[in-house]
Amino acid sequence: MDDLIAEFLTETAESLEVVDSELVKFEANPNERKTLDNIFRLVHTVKGTCGFLGLGRLEAVAHAGETLLGRFRDGKLEVTSDAVTLVLHSIDRIKFILSGLESTGNEPDGDDHDLIAQLEAMAEGQAVDISAVQAVEVPDRPIGSEPDPILAPEVVQKEPERNLRPGEVSEAELEAAFAAAEAPDWMNEAVAEVEPELSVSEVAPAPVAAAPVAAKAAPTASDAPAPVMGEDNAIATTQSIRVSVDVLEGLMTLVSEMVLTRNQLLQISRTREDSAFATPLQRLSTLTGELQDSVMKTRMQPIGAAWKKLPRLVRDLSHELGKKIDLVMDGEGTELDRQVLELIRDPLTHMVRNSADHGLEPTAERVELGKPANGTVKLSAFHEGGYIVIRIADNGRGLNTARIREKIIEKALAPRNEVEAMSDQQIHRFIFAPGFSTAAKVTNLSGRGVGMDVVRTNIEQIGGQIDLVSIMGQGTTFTIKIPLTLAIVSALIVGAGGQKFAVPQTSVMELVRTGANAEHKIEKINDALVLRLRDKLLPLVQLGPTMQLEAAQSEDPTFVMVIQVGERRYGLVVNDVLDTEEIVVKPLAGILRSVQAFSGATILGDGSVVLILDPNALSEYAGNIIDEKSAEDGEIVVASTENEKVAMLLFKAGYGAPKAVELAHITRLEHIEVEKIERMDGRAALQYRGKLMPILNVSEGSGLMAEGIQPLLVFTGEGYAMALAVDEIVDVVEDSLSIELSPDRQGVRGTAVVAGRACEILDVDYYQFRGLAEHARKTTTESDAGKVAA
Amino acid sequence: MSIRDYVTLRVGGQLFGVDAARVHDVFHPRGLTPVPLSRSEIAGVLNLRGRIVTAVCARRRLGLGPREEGAPEPLAIGLEVHGDSYGLVIDSVDEVLKLDDEKFHAAPGNLPPRWAEIIVGVYQLEKELLIVLDPHTLLDAGHLKAA
Repeated sequence: MDDLIAEFLTETAESLEVVDSELVKFEANPNERKTLDNIFRLVHTVKGTCGFLGLGRLEAVAHAGETLLGRFRDGKLEVTSDAVTLVLHSIDRIKFILSGLESTGNEPDGDDHDLIAQLEAMAEGQAVDISAVQAVEVPDRPIGSEPDPILAPEVVQKEPERNLRPGEVSEAELEAAFAAAEAPDWMNEAVAEVEPELSVSEVAPAPVAAAPVAAKAAPTASDAPAPVMGEDNAIATTQSIRVSVDVLEGLMTLVSEMVLTRNQLLQISRTREDSAFATPLQRLSTLTGELQDSVMKTRMQPIGAAWKKLPRLVRDLSHELGKKIDLVMDGEGTELDRQVLELIRDPLTHMVRNSADHGLEPTAERVELGKPANGTVKLSAFHEGGYIVIRIADNGRGLNTARIREKIIEKALAPRNEVEAMSDQQIHRFIFAPGFSTAAKVTNLSGRGVGMDVVRTNIEQIGGQIDLVSIMGQGTTFTIKIPLTLAIVSALIVGAGGQKFAVPQTSVMELVRTGANAEHKIEKINDALVLRLRDKLLPLVQLGPTMQLEAAQSEDPTFVMVIQVGERRYGLVVNDVLDTEEIVVKPLAGILRSVQAFSGATILGDGSVVLILDPNALSEYAGNIIDEKSAEDGEIVVASTENEKVAMLLFKAGYGAPKAVELAHITRLEHIEVEKIERMDGRAALQYRGKLMPILNVSEGSGLMAEGIQPLLVFTGEGYAMALAVDEIVDVVEDSLSIELSPDRQGVRGTAVVAGRACEILDVDYYQFRGLAEHARKTTTESDAGKVAA
Repeated sequence: MSIRDYVTLRVGGQLFGVDAARVHDVFHPRGLTPVPLSRSEIAGVLNLRGRIVTAVCARRRLGLGPREEGAPEPLAIGLEVHGDSYGLVIDSVDEVLKLDDEKFHAAPGNLPPRWAEIIVGVYQLEKELLIVLDPHTLLDAGHLKAA
């Protein structure tokens, strides 16, 4: 159906509803001026609009009706019962034509001369014969409501079309015209298949529809696309309303809040036995659940919306690559949350492009291999559990396992012996590694080594998974599994380090009880924790210590949550699994977004706020910390808190930039009279708390003062102390420590901007080594100590 | 001449003011959930009538020492920055003052950088100075990183 007509019907339907009641009033009181005005206005509007739309029949009736009503309005004609009947007839006729227009997209055939003649005659003041007017049978439902299933069983269309603004051409039309122009037959089919337009939730309110909610004529066009697969409730979905996305989002937020409040109430009622609230609360709970489902449904959109651009894309690719490519799409009516839809649009496009470019062989090669000349990229989507599964399959050459194997070794993504032991499937998964590309040359389309890793990241970010199966010579199939919605998720509430956290249930594969008496025990390889699970070793991440929670050290871990993120699997060690709860994910405030470990926060039934762990980021986070830990025990804090503020001591020593050292490393600051410093053999020392403490210079350029007070930074280690002589202590500032320039000499970690000044950050370890060496000199030989100092 | 309302508050004995139009709430920051791995200024997140509010400690943000033992329970003022709800944890709230723009002065040039960037200006009240804070830079992640 023409979108303009749809728009027209939408608007007229609204007025017709008003007229229905006005007509009743008109009949009861024909001289009521306001009622007459109202009807006149409607008829006038209909006339004006349908002239513009080229609806001749409607225009003629409306015009004649308007003329008569105009006479009544001007008071030139008395309203008689015959006149009322005639007006009713004309309104009925208008409705009849409108309903025909609605169901077929065209004005129904027929003649209105009888009516028009009578209307004109009455307007002239002549006597009329009402019986001469053929009464039409007006469908007893208002225009714009669902069509009578008996009258129009075949015009059922699942997806309402989007109304276009005047002058706008529908995308489907463009695509169809474009496809008809030069694309092969398959393309036309594909376009026809993809034509179902965006569902209501994506449609922004058109400026012409000033009313926030306008009843929209049911799009029951005869050119409706072939019946869309799936649901049997097609009739119900033909009635639609246009709502702005904002309203829907707002509604979703409200319902989410309601779900939380419901949870809270249920929690309270559980603790009270006698509660009279129990029954109504149960009812409220059910209703809330239903409301949640309904609102969720309004956000659902067919995945076809994300596929709309693909036929065009594949056609372009086909030209550019000189390959013949068929795009087959299956299950585009499968619905998922619009938020999820937005997030997978780009990854999908990328993958289709990849399949066409990398997957499919050039046509000549295909023919040589005895394959059909046309390569096929097949997209399919279906629901499975609470997930939507999307497959992108090509019947091309498949992944070159040997070549990927080579690349993995070449790029040192895994040790050679491991690579050699890997199954083909495991090898294939390396195409999701960052920067991985096997393309021999960089083309316009791909081969830059960015892509599949980004795709994977995007999909994992919304709690999805991606995997692939590839058979040499037969093609590759990618399978993406994503949750239907992100708004409300079930989560496990776990305890670790004395704090509660929420873990999205979608990524938890199983729970394993550990501990002294349990079947499974946590074992250690060096410092890395592992769990033996069905003959496989599962790397473990301890939640409490990873979160740097102090209480975590002393507690006995009891549960390992086996977490699957994409193809990675690890165990998250927690102290307790407390509950499962439906949670509403709320984003963290801007100030917290740099903390990767959390994907958001939520409010639990008891009103407390818990942080939602991001299993994906956590695996990375934990991985880093484990590396760091094995490299340098006890230095975790520095490594993991790059953005955190560190207290720094600023001082001057010798020439060059001011210097800084982390305050935490310094045990004390001392101001010592120069006379007290003892010098021996070019080295300085101080009798300090009963021991001899070596005093080091920061650099060649600096030295001890000749007289007066010498400021010293005192560092202590296990059983020894050393001091660093500085010229002047400037300030203590708190700042984030981010080293921007690499060190140019020993004893300096690099240069960083501290409190707006470029400072050299001292490498405390270096000086401690030297200090230790000084101590060592007293007991060991010169040469040994020299080695350490160097 | 135009008059503005300021909510005045104290942090570490110093009198501060925030444009009253920007202050949504004054509340006791209770039931805080600490956020591990976050910056030290973050006191935690809390549930304020169904909203998740991120509490930021003004003392730590200003580089001041911790509160003395036995001090009264801290308060927080609710602010909104970039659509996120924040609670700035302060020592106490004084009153709402109507102040004349004419008495408003730019901040002096010798302030430490972390103060200078969050101060809009200073009012010279009869007894003391009122430092006007800019909640935006105070709570903005970008500024925090730069500080």
